Amino acid sequence: MASEKINMPQLGESVTEGTISTWLVSVGDKVNKYDPIAEVLTDKVNAEVPSSFTGVIKELVADEGETIAVGDLMCYIETEGGASEDTSERDAEPKEESINEKEVSADQSMKKRYSPAVLRMAQENDIDLSEVNGTGRGGRITRKDIEKVIKTGEMPKPASSEETAAPKAAGSVSSASKQAPVKQQETQAGDIEIPVTGVRKIIAENMVRSKQEIPHAWMTVEADVTDLVSYRNQVKNEFKQKEGFSLTFFAFFVKAVAQGLKEFPQLNSTWAGDKIIQRKDINLSIAVAKDQELYVPVIKHADEKSIKGIARDIYELAMKARSGKLTADDMRGGTFTVNNTGSFGSIHSMGVINHPQAAILQVESIVKRPVIINDMFAARDMVNLSLSLDHRILDGLVCGQFLARVKELLENTNQDNTNVY
Amino acid sequence: MPVMSYIQAVTTALREEMHRDEKVFVLGEDVGKKGGVFRATDGLYDEFGEHRVLDTPLAESAIAGVGIGAAMYGMRPVAEMQFADFIMPAVNQIISEAAKMRYRSNNDWDAPITIRAPYGGGVHGALYHSQSVESIFANQPGLKIVIPSTPYDVKGLLKAAIRDNDPVLFFEHKRAYRLLKGEVPEDDYVLPIGKADVKREGSDITIITYGLCVHFALQAAEKLAEEGIDAHILDLRTIYPLDQEAIIEAAKKTGKVLLITEDNKEGSIIGEVAAIIAENCLFDLDAPIQRLAGPDIPAMPYAPTMEKYFMVNPDKVEKAMRDLAEF
Repeated sequence: MASEKINMPQLGESVTEGTISTWLVSVGDKVNKYDPIAEVLTDKVNAEVPSSFTGVIKELVADEGETIAVGDLMCYIETEGGASEDTSERDAEPKEESINEKEVSADQSMKKRYSPAVLRMAQENDIDLSEVNGTGRGGRITRKDIEKVIKTGEMPKPASSEETAAPKAAGSVSSASKQAPVKQQETQAGDIEIPVTGVRKIIAENMVRSKQEIPHAWMTVEADVTDLVSYRNQVKNEFKQKEGFSLTFFAFFVKAVAQGLKEFPQLNSTWAGDKIIQRKDINLSIAVAKDQELYVPVIKHADEKSIKGIARDIYELAMKARSGKLTADDMRGGTFTVNNTGSFGSIHSMGVINHPQAAILQVESIVKRPVIINDMFAARDMVNLSLSLDHRILDGLVCGQFLARVKELLENTNQDNTNVY
Repeated sequence: MPVMSYIQAVTTALREEMHRDEKVFVLGEDVGKKGGVFRATDGLYDEFGEHRVLDTPLAESAIAGVGIGAAMYGMRPVAEMQFADFIMPAVNQIISEAAKMRYRSNNDWDAPITIRAPYGGGVHGALYHSQSVESIFANQPGLKIVIPSTPYDVKGLLKAAIRDNDPVLFFEHKRAYRLLKGEVPEDDYVLPIGKADVKREGSDITIITYGLCVHFALQAAEKLAEEGIDAHILDLRTIYPLDQEAIIEAAKKTGKVLLITEDNKEGSIIGEVAAIIAENCLFDLDAPIQRLAGPDIPAMPYAPTMEKYFMVNPDKVEKAMRDLAEF
């Protein structure tokens, strides 16, 4: 025995419901298939509803006078024959669904498929999409997800300097990982386009990285180097003749800086995120220009060298740079940079720190100027020393002390107390 | 406010317009004494007489042609096609004459005719009693096509169609006739032709549809609301020319758009709706525009299982809506 349903049949083309006017059967009646079981009234027709099965009426669900929709239950009829399969089928379905749902949530295949709306909103609000959780299919970030992020104000920003400032081996030159997006520039007739390659590209990357990562601050002192100049001028010809290379002013400055760094090691250091590394060796990078290129070879252990030794290093490194013979070893290990901007006639400049060092000193042009000494004018050889410093590592006080010390050393360089050897 | 069925709203609008303007008259097969096969003109013959409620021969071309002629002469005819499927012999009259009358006569003539026709399936009507024919007429400038979804809209839009100075095709879903009931004000109100209507406000997905499918979408939306899926439903109401502004606004609202029609999918009205969205809303879209429609099969089958397969129904709509919401 099986229980079957008899539903309200479609009784006309626009008929969607019918009113049972009279039941023609009662519970317990035996009916044959196609026997009328009820009279139904619609606004189009009055009709008899035939039984769809042969069996015994079990329950009349709808009452007389009740209006029910087409397809809705009228009554149950007990039929002879196989059991109804409906129930077992229904039980199986929900289980499959729940399994599917779990699979979907673990799937992240759509995480990086962005819709136009999501991309636009991420750009407008400067949101880093890799940090946004996706609730869509396959982990897709939906427009609603972005709207939620904007609404809550918890916007993951694109990677900032903190991330890329991770310590690198001192002096190692790796291409900057992040570069600011470059806007397409229009060219006009007559403009020359020079592709950025090789050294130019590396210089650009290093400068961008330095300026993006390092909070620069600047400081300049003025030193009276009249005695130094007269001493150097006094010995330079003899020196050149004897040694075969020039005794430059720059060598005196490098020597003074090396001495200053020995006394103020704070400036001879590197920012390493959660710590500052103070270097024991004093290796001074010097900038050497060659055509369109700029090299920064290193005078190693400058504090252990005489002025002559430094002058020789400068000479040799410059020669190597100009003939393209600098080795990787010549460029490695710099802990502080001294830049001879004075050689171009510059009297003031703000250097970009040679990443990952803590500071750079620009030695400007020596200029003869009227200076007041003891309330009298005097013609003196003056020079500006311009320091750029990493403000994360250094503050004004220590840098001021350092510069004052270098100034003192330079002003007391004369033929009485200095020997180039 | 009285509650009436979709078809009662049709009858009410006709009666009120015939009272208001004596130039309004009804013509069609069995519309007179019988009151129409669906009873849409029930009682009008007794009330207004044989000169304003005309039983015509079984010739749709003549029903449209006579109507157009009368309209050009200054009357306001409301012609009934017994089934939209039967409109085919009248297509030449409607497209070649009615649609172009004002344009080709440089405004000297017009054809303010309303042609009513029951369309749509799901009533075991099979091939000749179930079709959606609106897309045939939906690229004929000069015609307007209105397909209302509620008794309220039926009354307001049918009145607007009758008063419109150009031909209007007014398609009524025959399954909606007695399925849909709703409150209809007794006063004389007119709804604007060419304006879509938001039937439900929501923020997760946008459904754009018309006719009986609006009802399916509303049913599904109520169910999905329990799952936290909030559907925005736009009823086109006028499917030609389309209310582009409302379509763009609705699409931008959620960026996930489901378009529904009972018509065969390829070449249906919703393809044009999709094009409007694609042209205007690229940077607001969060999912591919989805279409739920009848299969590309020549006609609605008679066998109940086959008809069920063909027809859009609340279950199919619910599934499509959930699928889009989860995307």
